[in-house]
Amino acid sequence: MTEIPLMPIEQYERLQLRNNADEKALWDLLDAVTDPEVPVLTLWDLGVLRDIERNGEQVVVTITPTYSGCPAMNTMADDITLALKQAGFDDVQIKTKLAPAWSSEWMTQEGRRKLRNYGIAPPEDAELDEDGLTPDAHAQCPHCHSRNTRRISEFGSTACKALFQCNDCNEPFDYFKKI
Amino acid sequence: MSEAIKAATLEYATRLGDDSVVLGHRISEWISYGPFLEEDIAYGNVSLDYIGRARMFYTYAAELANDGRDEDDFAYMRNDREYRNLLLMEMPKGDFAYSQVRQLFADVYYTYLLPELLQSKDETLSAIAAKAIKETKYHLRRSRDWVLRLGDGTEESHQRAQKAVDALWGYTHELFDMDETEQLLADAGIGVDVSKLHDAWLAKVSEILTEATLTIPEDEWAVRGGRIGYHTENLGHMLTEMQIVHRSFPGCKW
Repeated sequence: MTEIPLMPIEQYERLQLRNNADEKALWDLLDAVTDPEVPVLTLWDLGVLRDIERNGEQVVVTITPTYSGCPAMNTMADDITLALKQAGFDDVQIKTKLAPAWSSEWMTQEGRRKLRNYGIAPPEDAELDEDGLTPDAHAQCPHCHSRNTRRISEFGSTACKALFQCNDCNEPFDYFKKI
Repeated sequence: MSEAIKAATLEYATRLGDDSVVLGHRISEWISYGPFLEEDIAYGNVSLDYIGRARMFYTYAAELANDGRDEDDFAYMRNDREYRNLLLMEMPKGDFAYSQVRQLFADVYYTYLLPELLQSKDETLSAIAAKAIKETKYHLRRSRDWVLRLGDGTEESHQRAQKAVDALWGYTHELFDMDETEQLLADAGIGVDVSKLHDAWLAKVSEILTEATLTIPEDEWAVRGGRIGYHTENLGHMLTEMQIVHRSFPGCKW
């Protein structure tokens, strides 16, 4: 039976928030800010960008960190401030919101497609093991689409990724972990 | 928040931050010394998770203290006697087996502590726990795999893993001690009553050590003191290295 793909509730809620926002132009403006480690992903795609509010002259941007120690978070905050300053908003405040904790479910469909094209398997391209963790094999290779792959390392080039290798085309590739 | 609860929460957030930063730094000492590249990267990842946790706990402590200090002041401007971490976290990295056994003890501890902290009435502590729980699942899978592999490996790796278990066992009792501060917070539904975690911790650790063909030591000795600032000599040495740049070049940015 063909499955009808449904958007996860988290993504739907984010989209609603953005579409109903008073500051739609600011959301569009921040589409220019990308993840420093995965430059094809915007902060919106990644799910880190949570809210944008105007408080008089001030712009308050709320972000949620992906992993506790993600060193890219500081750069993201600086890049947001810079993008807004260049657009004439001098008073920018970045708020870090910890709860609810970031989940890879928040990543947009567009973001998942971009990741795959960039050579990183998105979270849904692997079946998690019985503990809900990254499996030791069968993440889909973003290069040749084979499922005949194996995990080389649980911890990849950044905290959010694990490293796999394809047994068919031999290419190593990153898998974006599901958390 | 009453003044007593606020002071206790500040102390508690500092303790949890100290545990995280000290263990995170210890793990980072493996970077470029790991047995192979992936293991090096794995240690780097786990270390970052812990240092990230420390930042969140310290940021909260600084907010509660409200005396002009920030997270960096908590990490870099306190001496060993002001640190309140558990002694287990400060033990030197030792050999690979020693670090993995310590990691297993810590990972199992957090596996039981964090879900309790998630229930905290303090929203910030609960939010930090929510973040850390997901990471800990990955940490435990890795340390468990390594302890199984080393314990049930060669004669050499087995002997080293057993030596590590014996050397570290006496430092684990402190993990489950309560004092007035933590009791006050546990009663208020803010902190975790760690004394209640001991049975679950022991059962899980025993199961893994047994599977790894390692022997669970008798409770012959116990060392305590981290929570009141009495540390082993190892912490002072670690802090000098961790703090020297910050203290030598105050306000330095790069």
